[in-house]
Amino acid sequence: MDRKIRVVMAKLGLDIHWRGVYLVSQFLKDSGMEVVYLGNKFPEQIVDAAIEEDADVIGLSSLGGAHMTLGPKVVKLLKEKGLNHIKVFMGGVMAPKDAHCLEQEHGIEKVYLPDTPMQAIIDGIRSKVALA
Amino acid sequence: MRKIDDIITSALSGDKACVSRLISLVERDDEQAPYIMRQLYPFSGKAYYIGITGAPGAGKSTMVDKLVKMFCKNGNRVGVIAVDPSSPFSGGALLGDRVRVNIKKKEYDYFFRSMSSGNIMGGLSRTTKEAARILDACGKNIIIIETVGVGQSELDVAKATDTVVVMLTPESGDGVQIMKAGLIEVADIFVVNKCDRPGADNIAHALKGMLDRIDYRLSWKPPIFRTAAALNKGIDKFYDGLWQHQQYLNCDKKIMLRRQRQIKEELKRNIETEFTKMILRDIYDGNDFGVALDNVCEHRIDPQNAARQIVTSWLSREIPAILAPNVAALGQR
Repeated sequence: MDRKIRVVMAKLGLDIHWRGVYLVSQFLKDSGMEVVYLGNKFPEQIVDAAIEEDADVIGLSSLGGAHMTLGPKVVKLLKEKGLNHIKVFMGGVMAPKDAHCLEQEHGIEKVYLPDTPMQAIIDGIRSKVALA
Repeated sequence: MRKIDDIITSALSGDKACVSRLISLVERDDEQAPYIMRQLYPFSGKAYYIGITGAPGAGKSTMVDKLVKMFCKNGNRVGVIAVDPSSPFSGGALLGDRVRVNIKKKEYDYFFRSMSSGNIMGGLSRTTKEAARILDACGKNIIIIETVGVGQSELDVAKATDTVVVMLTPESGDGVQIMKAGLIEVADIFVVNKCDRPGADNIAHALKGMLDRIDYRLSWKPPIFRTAAALNKGIDKFYDGLWQHQQYLNCDKKIMLRRQRQIKEELKRNIETEFTKMILRDIYDGNDFGVALDNVCEHRIDPQNAARQIVTSWLSREIPAILAPNVAALGQR
């Protein structure tokens, strides 16, 4: 049996928009992954959860503008704790140039903007995760 | 990838990432899992285990969040294993018990792990126990196992603890439903949650009525606590109730008898599993089985006698060559 990919999904900060992260979580579950859903959490709590759950991936949802501040913080915390194998993905609403900046300069694997097909997200995650 | 002994040593001294990795390895029945458990089991047995079960929506996760905070506030170190169902179709899972957990105090010593019930690799009962024992061995003195109380596996998981808490809501229906689910015999403590809702009194009375009919003379009569976890009501009394049950068990070493019974069941089941893996596989793959199946379907022989024939015939052979390597491998692990 193939090992299942473990994903920790969270809404960044106080942004309560839930449909996006909920839908993606359901689709990831349907594609065979184990998704631990955190709801609204801040970077420290997200990273702690990722450690306890032995996550391969952290998925962050941001539609409220916190992406440039809280998103990179998650990556920074992971680096500080030496957890370079955990890949961080983001989704939500933001300016494409912010998305680009997050990917190029802040260590986010990929940012998925609105209208991204679900399959692209699933495939994207699978391709980036190296199962130990 | 670090060597397994390093990971174990680090885990024993409290490294969260290492503890987490060990749990993952036993969860997926990795080939190093038996070695891990052999190293860690001697360090376990010090923690007090609480099983929290009940229907979906009863408020278990919210209650667990409150309990963890209370235990930690009083200086305890808490491990939580939260079991959620997995999809029978995809094998994936959406584990949502952590949503209710919102612990911000950095000094609280706790470890929360979500587990999907569909991990049939190891069997739910065994993997949950192993994960709990890892947390026990690595320093936690309270282990909480949270499951949805539907299905035999989940119920078995809840029963393998020192205190079984069954949580109900006012909508849980009348007492008959509770009896049917087999929860009356299992519970050490009942909690009627969401008691801000109408009907809480009814269910508490119905429960009390049922419990009053049972003769608890020399043993523990399950108390019924009314709570509204999300509103922080009634939790103190419930928390005290947990400690009271622990005191009761520690009297006269009842806890040792209870655990011995549980371990006996566990050993039996493990032996059955090993047996199935090695010997039954050989029988099911063999010729005799196919022939017998055909005979029974064609009504030439009944299933009971067919089974007897197969077993007698198998036992009269020498250990088949196919088994010998398995037996040798077992000796080395």
